[in-house]
Amino acid sequence: MLGLRKVAGVFTGAAMLATSALGLGTAQAADDVIKVGVLHSLTGTMAISETTLKDAVLMMVDDLNKNGGLLGKKVEAVVVDPASNWPLFAEKARELIEVSDVDVVFGCWTSVSRKSVLPVFEELNSLLFYPVQYEGEESSRNVFYTGAAPNQQAIPAVEYLMSEEGGSVERWVLAGTDYVYPRTTNKILEAFLKSKGVAEEDIMISYTPFGHSDWQTIVSDIKKFGSEGKKTAVVSTINGDANVPFYKELGNQGIDAADIPVVAFSVGEEELAGLDTTPLVGHLAAWNYFMSIESEENDAFIKQWKAFIGDDKRVTNDPMEATYLGFKMWTQAVKQAGTTDVDAVRQAMYGQKVKNLTGGTAVMNTNHHLSKPVLIGEIQDNGQIETVWRTDDVVVGDAWSDYIPESAKLIADWTYPYVCGGCEKPMY
Amino acid sequence: MRIILKTIIAAFFCLLAGQATAQADLADAAKGLLSKSYSDKIQATEAIAASGDKRSVRLLEILLSGDLYALEADDRLVFLVKDGDRQIASDAVTGEEIGPIERTEISKIRINNRMRGLIKDLLGRLTLLNEDPALRINAANAIFKSRPAEMVAPLTEALAMETDEKVAAVMRRALAALNFAHGETPDVQADALVILGEQPDPEVRSMLSAELNRLAAAENPSSENQALAAKVRQALDKVEERLAMLGLVENVFQGISLGSVLLLAAIGLAITFGVMGVINMAHGEMVMIGAYTTYMVQELCRNFAPDMLTYSLIAAVPLAFIVAGLAGMAIERSVIRFLYGRPLETLLATWGISLILQQFVRTVFGPTNKEVSSPDWLSGAWEITGGLALTYNRIAIILFAAAVLLMLMLVLRKTAFGLEMRAVTQNRKMASSMGIRTGWVDAMTFGLGSGVAGMAGVALSQIDNVSPNLGQSYIVDSFMVVVFGGVGNLWGTLVGALSLGITNKFLEPYTGAVLAKICILIFIILFIQKRPRGLFALKGRAVEN
Repeated sequence: MLGLRKVAGVFTGAAMLATSALGLGTAQAADDVIKVGVLHSLTGTMAISETTLKDAVLMMVDDLNKNGGLLGKKVEAVVVDPASNWPLFAEKARELIEVSDVDVVFGCWTSVSRKSVLPVFEELNSLLFYPVQYEGEESSRNVFYTGAAPNQQAIPAVEYLMSEEGGSVERWVLAGTDYVYPRTTNKILEAFLKSKGVAEEDIMISYTPFGHSDWQTIVSDIKKFGSEGKKTAVVSTINGDANVPFYKELGNQGIDAADIPVVAFSVGEEELAGLDTTPLVGHLAAWNYFMSIESEENDAFIKQWKAFIGDDKRVTNDPMEATYLGFKMWTQAVKQAGTTDVDAVRQAMYGQKVKNLTGGTAVMNTNHHLSKPVLIGEIQDNGQIETVWRTDDVVVGDAWSDYIPESAKLIADWTYPYVCGGCEKPMY
Repeated sequence: MRIILKTIIAAFFCLLAGQATAQADLADAAKGLLSKSYSDKIQATEAIAASGDKRSVRLLEILLSGDLYALEADDRLVFLVKDGDRQIASDAVTGEEIGPIERTEISKIRINNRMRGLIKDLLGRLTLLNEDPALRINAANAIFKSRPAEMVAPLTEALAMETDEKVAAVMRRALAALNFAHGETPDVQADALVILGEQPDPEVRSMLSAELNRLAAAENPSSENQALAAKVRQALDKVEERLAMLGLVENVFQGISLGSVLLLAAIGLAITFGVMGVINMAHGEMVMIGAYTTYMVQELCRNFAPDMLTYSLIAAVPLAFIVAGLAGMAIERSVIRFLYGRPLETLLATWGISLILQQFVRTVFGPTNKEVSSPDWLSGAWEITGGLALTYNRIAIILFAAAVLLMLMLVLRKTAFGLEMRAVTQNRKMASSMGIRTGWVDAMTFGLGSGVAGMAGVALSQIDNVSPNLGQSYIVDSFMVVVFGGVGNLWGTLVGALSLGITNKFLEPYTGAVLAKICILIFIILFIQKRPRGLFALKGRAVEN
């Protein structure tokens, strides 16, 4: 075969060519439009999840324009394609802010892409709305996190499984894809479980690469681990495409939700759409939103989405709600500030309220995280997730986990007197 | 005489009345299922099982399968049977047919995991004497799991009446577990231990080791207890020995299964790269085209012949071969034939083609995964014992890979085309002077390799995502297998795929999936340093060309 180095060089060259050709055109800056950047992968491994969010932003922009725009101006979406390529996210973010001159960016899915664009947004002082549940341990002045922090998803899910209602689980398998989100979440969960008196040998941790497709060994290990007398559950932070073969293998090896339930933090209605869910009935998902929730806001949202996308079979999911909340809050903050200036909008964001699609009201806190309700649902045979448990009230998103000793003492608060994303004492 | 008649009549009325109250009991108990709270529903489920009504089994089964609905109008519990496009509702308690019904008139009775577990347990106790052997096996297994003391007598009775040897074996196991857990005398427990020792089942192991810990923790062990502990240890050792052996068998099976997937993905490449020497980066996309062909066949089946859906996979195999083969020939004729002997340009061009194909599929079918359903005969697992289950789809893929390899061998060795192909790859000029149309043979060979990749796509659609990225995840592995096995040798590809698969699966339990993959890569790099031509190097003139 050829020299590997040459091959690698050719690969990157070809990939760059392809992706830059695919990035959609950027329009000239004009004074009478407000520009919204959309930074979601439309190609590559994350396209399956992120394309939907791009469409959600476009729908919101479309809706805003139909209702007279913002501050009397037309709103224009600038879409770029970072192609599931993490360094490219940073390049595209810079392009959006410097070349296209956007006022705000909605984007990113994986934590590694968010980490990659973070320095760009901080350097150029621009705003990013990040709509996906994530591992926490972060609070940037330039990012608003509208997805769930661990205390709004992972911790309540584990508490539910520990309760009698959830099956009094005593043994835990923490299975995840090998990157920053699962590793940090599992670190928090491990600390949490130990604080609840779970012994070391009752926790099994396993990581797999992105796009893993041969789950035989891991699933049979889980089966063995779960057949030792104590009630066992799997906490899955498996991300993206790898979920489909994982659930298929679970079904084929006959792991029943009544015996070993799997609770997933990255599997929503969209991921289940490519799957026959009959063998998965009863496995769990923890989110802040399910499509099956009955509320006026949600019915309207689903109707609007189906009309916009022109397909009656498309589903809605949690990151879409997070995008919806973020976009609504941003428009409200711009109206309140009377400008799209980043510092003024940021100040106006604090305390901004938008009605959740699931009932109740989401509030943006000064740590840049939302207060949202937490829902646990069971997967149904029609690919929907039905709520089996929910918090009575909204839960305040916590940027720094209370279960990691170094983080427990940190405070994120971007208003006076703290003015920091993670400090022990007020800055002023 | 009259007295007898009177008694009979009285008894008859009594029976009728009894029947009526049972019906009322069951209906009353079932009312609780209408509640929103799961704890109310759990109480209702227990009451249904305790009602003693024969129909409670059917009601619980309907509830478990999620087919139980409540009529919006009068809260009556019903279940649905599909009749063409219509849904026919029947009363779930009495079984009486109500008539066709709309989805909007009913609401589903939802259950959660806790209820599922409970219903299974209750059904286990109720269906021990059922006519269906499969239900009796489920029942015995449910008892084995929960080990309720009050089931010792009913289970002994059921076992005595059992005629089916398969069911009896499962029942004996459950009874042994019961006797061991609740046995009065050490003799009963010792007998149970003999049976349990034969069961290679992780659950038996955990039960025995828990008991052993309990016995060891006792302060003043009586001699009886010590004797029992020794017997438990003996049985436990036996179980563990068998489990270890089964673990080995399972590992080998999983290794062969992974190997057969690698083989399927690589075997087409073994022809285009191995035999023709074309570095075809678009090989993975041929696999993807095969998978999407499978999806299309299933969609057509769904719309026009829903009954044939089970067989759609079989129909997809030749179609995927043809579609991917034609695509391959088109690529060869339009691009690759101008680049023979220029590996770097070929690499770049085929890489470009692979991106184009991916984006084409993404534009036509959308970026999301497509659902390719598994037919019933490929779902589930062949449960050999409690500790060993081989999934049907994996078994099928192993057989399929073997069949594909065999067919390819036959084509290469026994057909005129195979002969011409080998002739052209060994000495193009000589073959050409003998009257072989080398250009045509090139196109057909490339088409064959691509077609085989398409067939691999059909198999992979069963275990992986059907998405535009499907091919990408296999291209590196495929090259790895072909290079490791030795370029230009189908046997090498077979041995390469199996040894990589098995090594990976044996490493995985110790190192985890990520590290196992890295270890394999390092191993191959070192191996190629030592033997650049792979396991089975071709010798002779062909290599020089």
